[in-house]
Amino acid sequence: MTLAIIVVYLGLVLLVGSLSYRLFRGTGEDYFVASRTIGPFLLLMSLFGTNMTAFAILGASGEAYHEGIGVFGLMASISALVIPSVFFFVGTRVWALGKRHGFLTQVQYFRARWDSGALGLVLFVVLIALLIPYLLIGVMAGGITLNQITGGQVPNWVGGLMVCAVVMTYVCYGGLRGTAWANTFQTLVFMILGGLAFFVIVDAMGGFSKALAKVAAQHPELLGRGENIKPLKLLTYTCIPLSVGMFPHMFMHWLTARGARAFRYPLMVYPLCIAAVWVPSVLLGVLGSVDFPGLKGPAANSILVKMINLHAPELLAGLLAAGVFAAVMSSLDSQVLSIGTMFTQDIVRYYGFQNQMSEKMQIFYGRLFVAGVLLLTYVISLFSARSIFKLGVWSFTGFAALFPVVVAALFWRRSTKQGALAAILSVALLWTYFFFQGWQTPGYTVGGTGLMPVAVILAVATLAMVVVSLLTRPPDAAVVGKFFDGAEAAEDN
Amino acid sequence: MQSTFVRRLLYVALFVLYLLHNDLWFWDDPQLLFGLPIGLLYHIGFCLAAALMMALLVNYAWPRHLRDEEERESLP
Repeated sequence: MTLAIIVVYLGLVLLVGSLSYRLFRGTGEDYFVASRTIGPFLLLMSLFGTNMTAFAILGASGEAYHEGIGVFGLMASISALVIPSVFFFVGTRVWALGKRHGFLTQVQYFRARWDSGALGLVLFVVLIALLIPYLLIGVMAGGITLNQITGGQVPNWVGGLMVCAVVMTYVCYGGLRGTAWANTFQTLVFMILGGLAFFVIVDAMGGFSKALAKVAAQHPELLGRGENIKPLKLLTYTCIPLSVGMFPHMFMHWLTARGARAFRYPLMVYPLCIAAVWVPSVLLGVLGSVDFPGLKGPAANSILVKMINLHAPELLAGLLAAGVFAAVMSSLDSQVLSIGTMFTQDIVRYYGFQNQMSEKMQIFYGRLFVAGVLLLTYVISLFSARSIFKLGVWSFTGFAALFPVVVAALFWRRSTKQGALAAILSVALLWTYFFFQGWQTPGYTVGGTGLMPVAVILAVATLAMVVVSLLTRPPDAAVVGKFFDGAEAAEDN
Repeated sequence: MQSTFVRRLLYVALFVLYLLHNDLWFWDDPQLLFGLPIGLLYHIGFCLAAALMMALLVNYAWPRHLRDEEERESLP
């Protein structure tokens, strides 16, 4: 029964994705950025759905199982402030520039902004490398969900394969418009079913007060910050949500907006959506410590699914599992599409056939690369047994540390390509260093002080950007002039 | 009302709100308020404050180049 519901759900997603194909205009701009026609509601749902991954649903509950309610302050509430602020200060500007210059990817923008092909290539490699762990958590979550919800009857590799196959189909078929539609549908599904899951489980545990009293009796440390979350860790974790400023998929979704007005509503509602999804996830993780004590490390990734399986009737369990699938796929689709778009626009078209490739061929190469990346991610997922939360945090660390690059591009005329390159390379080097230092250590912070690696890498990247820019020749005024107009400069002053 | 003073005031408010996120007062306190751990309730309240902050920014500090875009969009 549960499996049948999930299969029906996946069919529905495919239907929504394929319906959007009716609006497909057959152009590259339509496939890659939906011809910049997405309105406020679809924009909110696709921005939010893309950002709420398995990290928020399974990762948050798994981490809260170990660390308690502190996880909400660590990741959710700060995201409610920082992410819409990044949309406000960065996203709207990127949209305006994208519309004016016809950009489809962030690499195109940075290449043009600093007039450097090499910079674009380096950035492309770094962005793809950082995105792979993020893709991985989606595929892994699909496998975990199906495995747990069927009581271990369906192995992990089947769930991961189903997620990859469905996402590949509707992304290849509908492009970004299909992705935005499917995202909207899936975001509504996981928000509604996530809320429902919370109430059903809490009710089955005898009510919220009773369930929480059990936690207070058995694991009181989960109701406070505890020893694991030091003040410095809480402070430096606030850098992590800056990652949205450099996610290729968020960049692409900004470009789809129909107009400046389309941003207003998503900016105001986004913090409320975050609270609506994270509060139930974190609380269910904490409550899970009562029903399933003693789970070690990554085993807690599945705590939410275990709770659904234990407390919800079979029909509802199937629906709720579909909600988890919705969260997973609504992110994976945009991520793989952005990778496909970058490959097509920034590598194949830029280097090989800039003026020789038809729009049809561009779309074909985009689809081919999407399939290749999904296949690679799927294969890696078969051998990976990591915490979803920690995989996500490492990926976000790299993207957040690249934030000075987009800030300098948008706000600092004097910034140079050498400065940007120095910042990107410092991120690549330091990220690799910290990754190998901390990968095997649960709750790794720099020297055990509570200082997150992201704060160090971000500081060094900022310094590299500023110092190297000031030491090198100022950029060509004609190039800079394309990206800064008088009105904006006057307002900035 | 979109003066430079208001815009700067809102930017300062945004920074103050960011500082308030780093609560050192409730976080180790496991007591319940309205049925929720007080540290969690504080951060749920923080999310509501963030929504209000964004509403103020959108209405009173909307960037000028976007206002110009909107004017162009509203032309027939």
